[in-house]
Amino acid sequence: MRFLDAIRVALDQIRVQKLKSFFTLIGVIIGVMFLIGVVSIVEGLNHKIEVDFAGKFLGVNTFNVRRMPNINVGDVTEAEWRSWQRRPKITKEDAYAIKAALPEDARWAIQDARTVNAQSDYKRAGAPVLAEAVTPEYFTIKDITVSKGRLLTEQEEALGTNVVVIGTDVADEYFPNLDPLGRTLRLEGTEFRVIGVMDKQGKSLGFNFDNQVFGPFNSAMHLVTYSFRDIAGIVVQAPNENALSDVQAQVRELMRRRRRLHPGDPDNFVLETTQSAFAAWDKVKQVLVLAGIALPTIGLVVGAIVIMNIMLVAVAERTREIGIRKALGARRRDIRRQFLVESSTLSVFGALLGIAGGFGISGFLRLVDFPTTVAPWSILLSVAVGGGVGVLAGTYPAMRAARLDPIVALRSE
Amino acid sequence: MSTFTSEPGLSTTSERQAVTSVVGAAPSKEWVIVTRGITRDYDMGGEVVHALRGVDIAIRRNEYVAIMGPSGSGKSTLMNLIGCLDTPSAGEYWLNGELVSRMGDDELAHVRNREIGFVFQTFNLLPRANALANVELPLVYAGVPASERKRRAAEALEKVQLADRMDHRPNELSGGQRQRVAIARALVNDPAILLADEPTGNLDSTTSDEIMRVFETLANGGQTVIMVTHEPDIARHARRVVTLRDGRVSSDEPQAKFVGRTAG
Repeated sequence: MRFLDAIRVALDQIRVQKLKSFFTLIGVIIGVMFLIGVVSIVEGLNHKIEVDFAGKFLGVNTFNVRRMPNINVGDVTEAEWRSWQRRPKITKEDAYAIKAALPEDARWAIQDARTVNAQSDYKRAGAPVLAEAVTPEYFTIKDITVSKGRLLTEQEEALGTNVVVIGTDVADEYFPNLDPLGRTLRLEGTEFRVIGVMDKQGKSLGFNFDNQVFGPFNSAMHLVTYSFRDIAGIVVQAPNENALSDVQAQVRELMRRRRRLHPGDPDNFVLETTQSAFAAWDKVKQVLVLAGIALPTIGLVVGAIVIMNIMLVAVAERTREIGIRKALGARRRDIRRQFLVESSTLSVFGALLGIAGGFGISGFLRLVDFPTTVAPWSILLSVAVGGGVGVLAGTYPAMRAARLDPIVALRSE
Repeated sequence: MSTFTSEPGLSTTSERQAVTSVVGAAPSKEWVIVTRGITRDYDMGGEVVHALRGVDIAIRRNEYVAIMGPSGSGKSTLMNLIGCLDTPSAGEYWLNGELVSRMGDDELAHVRNREIGFVFQTFNLLPRANALANVELPLVYAGVPASERKRRAAEALEKVQLADRMDHRPNELSGGQRQRVAIARALVNDPAILLADEPTGNLDSTTSDEIMRVFETLANGGQTVIMVTHEPDIARHARRVVTLRDGRVSSDEPQAKFVGRTAG
């Protein structure tokens, strides 16, 4: 009951002195705003990377055999980069050798890509597209589906037919208001017949999944993508999660044999998995999490000092009130509690404003297409931290108030 | 009629001497205040100031006593001690049968809450709270539930004829009204003594009379009233006047006009 009375007194204080309260709380507000904001950025990116990005780029239970890592989020040293450049290229011979060695239930695809200029009868010079030469199982591995027409067939792969499956942005760009099916798309001067339009997949961290066109690896597409020189990667999908490491070991052994590497020599290729991509992301996440801890901490420490200061002023201003309350029977702990509740209420109020601000940051970033998700735990943490800061900042002023001599306090002006 | 012992609200000198001389014994219940040789020394930067040098006072339930004295006589110190805002350096102070001179801070707070109703010269109302909330305050610290608090505070305000001013803040009330709110607040916990410190010091003469009539009514109703004042005009209203000089009781006399007056 008295607890509620103390909260009411504190809220009255905030209502009467809106501007002063705001400035008092600005540290806590900013601290909590950063906390919510940074956590929402980390969570949002995390979701994007783990579910969207890694899933779409690499696929489930999948690894890529590549010359060098494709996803380099961490830092790569100059020496590392040069040693990668000296590595032998991945060829289609490697790819077919791997295919031959794989267990029956594993999936396999060649994938190579190059950004090229395109043309159609309806658009002479449109935006460049990402041309990809793939074998048909690629679509199964990546879970790519069509909204119109069909995907590439094994027959088209075997015969090397010049057909393409295109993304929605390509369809809109080169066949505006037309049904692209059966029409011709020219890539670097070579004609391809459109046989399918993929479902919209959207953008992820700057990569536009809808600006791709896929043709059979054996078709003229391998010329368009320069796949006669080398190929970007061989995609292998294990039948299930448990088999993934076995299949990886098998492929690694095969590649080492083909490259005639001695035991003890390092691999001169990479088997890139979602995990290895995540390892790079984890490094970035650590930095973000550190920032997410450091920035709010600075804000909250400053906030605590300001609140303590304001509470000391409040105790001084209300010395007489404290005297009156003591004369009327308030014990030390009653006075202490009154000021503690007041500083905590103030601080929690600031935390609530900060949470609102954090939602604002998160919402604004979403507006400009940056993925953010406000984590429920960060809201709870903010309220708890707000209360904690209030108690911490209020303790010393509250103790000073509680220890006041009622006679002296009553006499003060 | 031979003595005034039959007069409720007055004690005789011999009775008072009897009760203040038995050191260590709890006085009987009819004595609401008994002090035995209380002293109060202050350390003023190495120099000890003796504000009280052994004060024996006994006040019976229902008495209406004025404590007088020039400034520096120790009357403020005595008031603080009687009001349990301070404890004596030596001596005993019994309030309503309890030895309060040995109590700690929190126990004193409890005693102030239950046994003493303060009325101050400067009213000492909380400026941001309305009259009702001000009167409720002692009940808040007594742990009385909100609904009962409101009811009792409203009753107390009705007794001082302020039922229609309950939701006014102190700055919306006149001086006399403020002091009546303070009186209602002092009485709301049904204390053993009403302790008034220069209750009319900030009021004009008309309002002073009005406040003194309130005290008169309370005293006639059986409330023990102790009033600290330096104004003889105000002290005149009390049945008995204790005068302090240099930290000692210099006189303790019933007011002549009340001597021999019968009850009723």
